[in-house]
Amino acid sequence: MTRYVIVGNSAGGIGAAETIRATDPDGHVTILSDESYPAYSRPAISEFLAGERTFGERMLFRDADFYKRLRIECMLGTRVARVHTKERAVELSDGRRVPYDRLLLATGGTPIIPRMEGLTLRGVHPFTTMDHAKSFHEALSSGKNRVVVIGAGLIGCSLVNGLLHRGGIQITLVELKDRVLSTMVDTHASSLVEKRLSKMGVSVRTGRSATRILPRPDDATSVGGVMLDNGELVSCDVVGMAVGVTPRAELAREADIRCNRGILVDAHMETSARGVFACGDVAEAQDFIYGVPRVTAIWPTAYMGGRVAGANMAGATTRYDGCTAMNAFSYFDMALISAGMFDPDPALGYPVVAREKPDAYKKLVIRDHKLIGFVMAGEIEQSGVLFNLLREQTDVRSFEGRLADWDFSMASLPRDLRGAWIGGPGYAAPTEKQPVAGPVAEKVSP
Amino acid sequence: MKRIYPIEDFCIACRHCELMCQLEHSPSRDLIQLFKGTSSSSLKRIFVLQKGPVSLALNCRHCDEPLCAYACVAGALTKDPATGIVNFNQDKCIGCWTCIVACPYGVIVRNPGTGRITKCDLCPGRDVPACVEACPNGALALAEA
Repeated sequence: MTRYVIVGNSAGGIGAAETIRATDPDGHVTILSDESYPAYSRPAISEFLAGERTFGERMLFRDADFYKRLRIECMLGTRVARVHTKERAVELSDGRRVPYDRLLLATGGTPIIPRMEGLTLRGVHPFTTMDHAKSFHEALSSGKNRVVVIGAGLIGCSLVNGLLHRGGIQITLVELKDRVLSTMVDTHASSLVEKRLSKMGVSVRTGRSATRILPRPDDATSVGGVMLDNGELVSCDVVGMAVGVTPRAELAREADIRCNRGILVDAHMETSARGVFACGDVAEAQDFIYGVPRVTAIWPTAYMGGRVAGANMAGATTRYDGCTAMNAFSYFDMALISAGMFDPDPALGYPVVAREKPDAYKKLVIRDHKLIGFVMAGEIEQSGVLFNLLREQTDVRSFEGRLADWDFSMASLPRDLRGAWIGGPGYAAPTEKQPVAGPVAEKVSP
Repeated sequence: MKRIYPIEDFCIACRHCELMCQLEHSPSRDLIQLFKGTSSSSLKRIFVLQKGPVSLALNCRHCDEPLCAYACVAGALTKDPATGIVNFNQDKCIGCWTCIVACPYGVIVRNPGTGRITKCDLCPGRDVPACVEACPNGALALAEA
């Protein structure tokens, strides 16, 4: 009986556990997590903070009897101290050892806390876990209502959105780069988000960094304000740290497993140590658009990487086709999508098409007649068709001019391609086509 | 599993499938109330797509490898191993739109009324889904393929 040990209980760990169980009904699967909750939706903590959702069934990533049904031993509140690759065992922080035949490191990322004075003051919180959300909630429950959020990436925006929905909170958003969401969208889409933030009453300070967190004049142990690099003092009660996330690769590093920024994995999600796999925000897998290994810290990549890792751990050889960024954004009553290389270095000379109308924006990047990146705002419903062309690296030569159409859809594809995607009797080979039975109205063009 | 397949050669973009889909999923299932907007919470889950002379009606493919469910950050989309249907749990959905960019067919849409998504559920309780039954031209086929 194969012993599978999974470190991490979020998207990657669950994806692997499900696939292991589907492939190997008899193996013993153990999930170790230093958090004390069953797998939950991390992005939903924004709604928790807003008071729109309590922790329970609605926030759980899988149903309540998931672990029991899949016969998974889930050890919550368990921290792994060390990985012994030669002995094939993980050592827990209390000294116990858990032996494995196959190990998955799905430890995710950890919030980056830039070094500055005042970090230990009461009221400084990151925002990536349920515990962070609870701390934030408690910090705001005692009538404190001024928040400075440091970092305007996806996490910072999710925090601001939660605070806006909570209501009655004075928010200042500080971003080191000259625009918000700089890793997720291009400059134009950033400006759309900034306009919306201003409209919703959020003070945005781009091109600024926090240099110090200051205590309250009347309480030297609590946050009273944030000093910016231009000397501006923003008074506040709570500081949200959303500068970014870094791969939690310490376990791998200490075990001499090959790492770059994250843990390096091959096309089977296996690390340099035999029998040890990695996936999700901690792993660095091949990006098929950039052509190099990159950490793509997004939920779908973690889950799908976990599925590939799990299948290979259980002995079914499955290759990972690589991943690329794929982001959806739904905060501040805006809809934004981005994927791949949406903001290429102009020196590369890739053709870029951008279009705008009052409530929508669309930008495409093409390389060798293949779609390699796009941004969409407003009208996003057909973004998946574009993403599939990007994912498949389909040659779009014969319909390149249609990609930027506002009404681009499956109907815009060449019939052969559409037929290959959809299948079924409507796209059977012409010789097999049944003659039309009964009256058929003449086709009309719109 | 049986899926709904478009027969685009027969589709004349009359949109009867869209209407009947919307009616089937409206609380009252009454066309007049639907028309008057009193049961506006229902949206169509099949989409007549057009470009030049091409038209076809498309809805959720209930994929064997459901990329939407793999992408869902909330566990709101799950494939039922018994029926093959990709089910949507509105209570869990957080309206992040990740499934929309993951779906290769563009058949998951935002529901402005709920702030969540909506998609085809293959008409539970019906032998033949409303859209297939409604098509006057045989442009939708319920078939094993």
